[in-house]
Amino acid sequence: METRIDKIKAQALQELDTAAGADDITALAVKYLGRKGVITQFLRNISTLPPLERPLAGKSANEVKQLLEDRFEAARARLLEEAAASAETVDVSLPGRPVAFGSLHPITQVTEEICDIFTRMGFDVVEGPEVETDRYNFEMLNIPKNHPARDMQDTFYVSDNVVLRTHTSPTQPRVMEQQRPPVRMIAPGKVYRCDSDLTHTPMFHQVEGLLVDKGVSFGDLKGTLTAFVHQMFDTETSVRFRPSFFPFTEPSAEVDIRCVICRGTGCRVCSQTGWLEILGSGMVHPAVLENVAYDTAEYTGFAFGMGVERIAMLKYRIDDIRKYFDNDLRFLRQF
Amino acid sequence: MKVSISWLRDYVAIETPVEELAAALTMAGLEVEAVIPRYAYLEKVKVGRITRVLPHPNADRLRICEVSTGDRSHRIVCGAPNAREGLLAPLALPGAELPGGLTIKAGKIRGERSEGMLCSGIELGIDTDAGGLLELDPGLEVGQRLDSALGLADWTLEIGLTPNRPDCLSLIGVAREIAALQGSDLRLPAIEMPTESGDITALTSVTIEDYERCPRYTARLITGIKVGPSPHWLQDRLLSVGLRPINNLVDITNFVMMETGQPLHAFDFDRLHDQRIVVRTAAAGEKFTTLDEKERSLNSEMLMICDGQRAVGIGGVMGGMNSEIATDTTRVLLESAYFNPVSIRKTAKKLALGTDASHRFERGVDPSGTVTSLNRAAALMADLGGGTLVGGIIDEHQALPAPKTIDLSMAATNRVLGTALDRDAMQTQLERVAFQVRPADEDRLLVTAPSFRVDVSRPEDLMEEIARLTGYNEIPTTFPEIPANRRNEAPLLGHRRRIRTLMAGFGFSETVSYSFIHAASCDRLRLPADDPRRQGVKILNPISEDQTVMRTSLIPSLLETLQRNLAHQVRDVRIFETGRVYLHQPAAELPEEREMLAGLWSGSRAPLSWHERETPCDYFDLKGVVEALCQALKLAPTRYEQVPSAECTYTRAGASAWIYGGEVRLGLIGELHPQVVTHYGLKQSAVVFALCLQRLISQMPEQIVSAAQPRYPAITRDITLIIGDTTPAAEVLSEVRSLDAPLLETVYFFDRFSGGPIPEGNVSLSFRLVYRAEDRTLTDEDISALHQQISDHLVARFGADLPA
Repeated sequence: METRIDKIKAQALQELDTAAGADDITALAVKYLGRKGVITQFLRNISTLPPLERPLAGKSANEVKQLLEDRFEAARARLLEEAAASAETVDVSLPGRPVAFGSLHPITQVTEEICDIFTRMGFDVVEGPEVETDRYNFEMLNIPKNHPARDMQDTFYVSDNVVLRTHTSPTQPRVMEQQRPPVRMIAPGKVYRCDSDLTHTPMFHQVEGLLVDKGVSFGDLKGTLTAFVHQMFDTETSVRFRPSFFPFTEPSAEVDIRCVICRGTGCRVCSQTGWLEILGSGMVHPAVLENVAYDTAEYTGFAFGMGVERIAMLKYRIDDIRKYFDNDLRFLRQF
Repeated sequence: MKVSISWLRDYVAIETPVEELAAALTMAGLEVEAVIPRYAYLEKVKVGRITRVLPHPNADRLRICEVSTGDRSHRIVCGAPNAREGLLAPLALPGAELPGGLTIKAGKIRGERSEGMLCSGIELGIDTDAGGLLELDPGLEVGQRLDSALGLADWTLEIGLTPNRPDCLSLIGVAREIAALQGSDLRLPAIEMPTESGDITALTSVTIEDYERCPRYTARLITGIKVGPSPHWLQDRLLSVGLRPINNLVDITNFVMMETGQPLHAFDFDRLHDQRIVVRTAAAGEKFTTLDEKERSLNSEMLMICDGQRAVGIGGVMGGMNSEIATDTTRVLLESAYFNPVSIRKTAKKLALGTDASHRFERGVDPSGTVTSLNRAAALMADLGGGTLVGGIIDEHQALPAPKTIDLSMAATNRVLGTALDRDAMQTQLERVAFQVRPADEDRLLVTAPSFRVDVSRPEDLMEEIARLTGYNEIPTTFPEIPANRRNEAPLLGHRRRIRTLMAGFGFSETVSYSFIHAASCDRLRLPADDPRRQGVKILNPISEDQTVMRTSLIPSLLETLQRNLAHQVRDVRIFETGRVYLHQPAAELPEEREMLAGLWSGSRAPLSWHERETPCDYFDLKGVVEALCQALKLAPTRYEQVPSAECTYTRAGASAWIYGGEVRLGLIGELHPQVVTHYGLKQSAVVFALCLQRLISQMPEQIVSAAQPRYPAITRDITLIIGDTTPAAEVLSEVRSLDAPLLETVYFFDRFSGGPIPEGNVSLSFRLVYRAEDRTLTDEDISALHQQISDHLVARFGADLPA
């Protein structure tokens, strides 16, 4: 009997040697190892052998089965190796099939970044009209007609009572008229000023912020805006608050940051001062709260506004504000 | 507002370096925008010693001087009579820029080389003597910079004043701030009135007809004056703040205005008819010629200063030619008034005539400072003009604004500021800037603002004073309490963000364009005369012709962007923009602001590569983008309907479609009309689309509900129809869908072919039908009959043929 399994083994190995391809190997595997295969049959017939021969015959047959499985697998692997070796060689250095990709405008990216910072702090994003009434753009904000503060903003007029909003601040009274305190909102958007030169474009973008609640203090304004600057730039960027004037805040503050270009040693961007003005802010003027019938004895608040172009200029080192609206693809695709 | 350190020192001691002072003022709310060394122009002016004087060979009145600056000798041609050997005089070297505008260059004068210029005091702006070379102290070091040698050190500070601080439109105002910051004393100028003679009321009178516009008018009269140049100290004061000296009378009015903030006006008394003043409003249409020799047209709201017969000045704005101080003026009527700020502002705006006076009056001068300034100027005129002051003052006024007393709660102040300041701290800060403080009880202070602080009327104004003098950066930083409650964000915001990201993912770069467009844009887009988009919001005061109307379409912006990029040789352009269009609403005050999404594709289909030939993009490239966008936003399938040629404007009728989501028209897609290509001067055409963002979003499902994936395999069968080439493929598709056949899971179009064996006027369209059962694996028998039915139906319905 031992000779019989040896013969099967020899026969199988010989047939494997002459096998030409993957199909031949599969056929051999079926012939010898399949359900009706030679070795399977042999193992099945072991019970017919004399009891003393059975262990040895079983052992030998299983060894042969294992050997053939290994050999067939090796043969298959060798064939795949050969196939891989003979397949086409490509110049891997050639460029891939191009996939077009676009870009978001830097103003969009920076606006979103600003909004994200404030939404994480718990502010809601709102928007308001760009063609605005004189009432919301000025009067509700404590800027009566014929007030010199109107000189601070060169206004585009649509009619005597309708203007292109000169700032995003009209969203303040608009939101407060619709909602009782607490109010925590930011309002990004386009604004317009009748001014066009090297450093001004007649349209630009602002993000307004407003928080009105019980017990809101100037210290809270400082904390919130400092946290903003640290997230927008980094925690090494120091912040200073400087008295200023806006008719709709009192006290009012300009917020300067340490020049992010020169880190305060003085450069062209910060006009050698080491500081950059990036935000206007202040405690909401009681007249503004009174205009929307908020109880000034109970509620206080702070408001702020920043120019997106300015912040994007610092972030991306953009040297000319007019580039934003030229939409030169060579510029846009950098972002 | 310009102030100089030298002038400020008349009122306050300044010990700190100028840069530190500037920083302190900035941090107190008076932003110093520039610190300009006044004598920087003397950098190239040295102390020179004339070592030799030779005659000029070609000119009798010129001489050639050899001038030493220690290190070397310079050859200078000079005409000054006092040039002599051994004299020390200022030598301006090549490159020096003198106050008169002269830049010194080496060159030849009447044929002789000259390497600079020996200067007089007036040429250097440091003296008024024009008589010859400035003779310097022989003890000075030769070759030293002139400013150091003479100890000339001064700086002009340019302060960007906010409109709430008219009190600082004066040297005394700024000095008061400095004194408060330093904790030092403010020294007001002592006014020594000369002996008066006579009685002003016997000589003239003032009648105010409009107390609303002119609450107070004071006047003095000075006689026997001689008009002439001002002394050097006065000229220097004016020069130090950028004002040009004119003559002693005008200079004095300017000097006092700069010193106190009170604008003054000097009339030639002898040119006043009836020798009296009447303050009244102008007659509508009245004409008046102001000092700047321009004729102005007045209206009935403008306040005029008149004599007995005619106007002699626009009150608070500018005086008139007819009563101007002249060289022969001997008697001066000096005006110091308080005008209504709003009235002055209206007049100045209307006339587009902003002056130093109107700037101050419209912001508010000190209503109680009128007489002090009048006396200051009158005394100076009598002194410097050699005149006699007529006795008495005319002071016409009705009730003047009373000093405001504000009830300030210290607890509220600390609450609003987030500070813990005590009464002492608050009181000290306020008193330093001239507020009177009276404690009322444990918590309250009664604070009276000085009359010049016209900006202060509420407790919050005082809180700002306390905060800024304490220093904003000394206030502790805290954080507001923000509860983690519900957020209300307009859904548009998130969707818009997603849409932008998708468009960028499809290869489109976002643009941001001006909201205003050229008035001719509607013509360029071929919009018909009655198109509502022609009713754009017009800007009354546009900056330029191409920015006159608020856009009613984003397309002009995209086309202009394409045009600019083509000019830069960027020829593959895929751009999009989200933004508002502004549509006129007949009955409403404000236009509708509708948010749009528009895109443009021009140039090649794929970025140039070695993989395939460059193919120009077409309608279907951009349509694929719109479809993908809608699919990504989970819209139900959108419909594209050919735009009838009568409705086509900026796109070509043959390749234009309305885009529908359900029954809602979302927008338009199409290839540019060739005329539009020409109107915008484009070197290549483009495909564009415009969608209403709000409508697009309205078609998005409110909720996405996950469906089970099929468990059994599908069978696919194709149908190819030979069909008239005007039949839209979509029509066949919707016909199949309308059959609502059981087991038909989906059907789509996959091939279109014409020519070859296909008869003329026909086209071969191929559709793939996917059959599937939910509960078993389908067999051919299950669907053969059904598929045949569908095929037969289509052949019959469209009169189509099947391929041979």
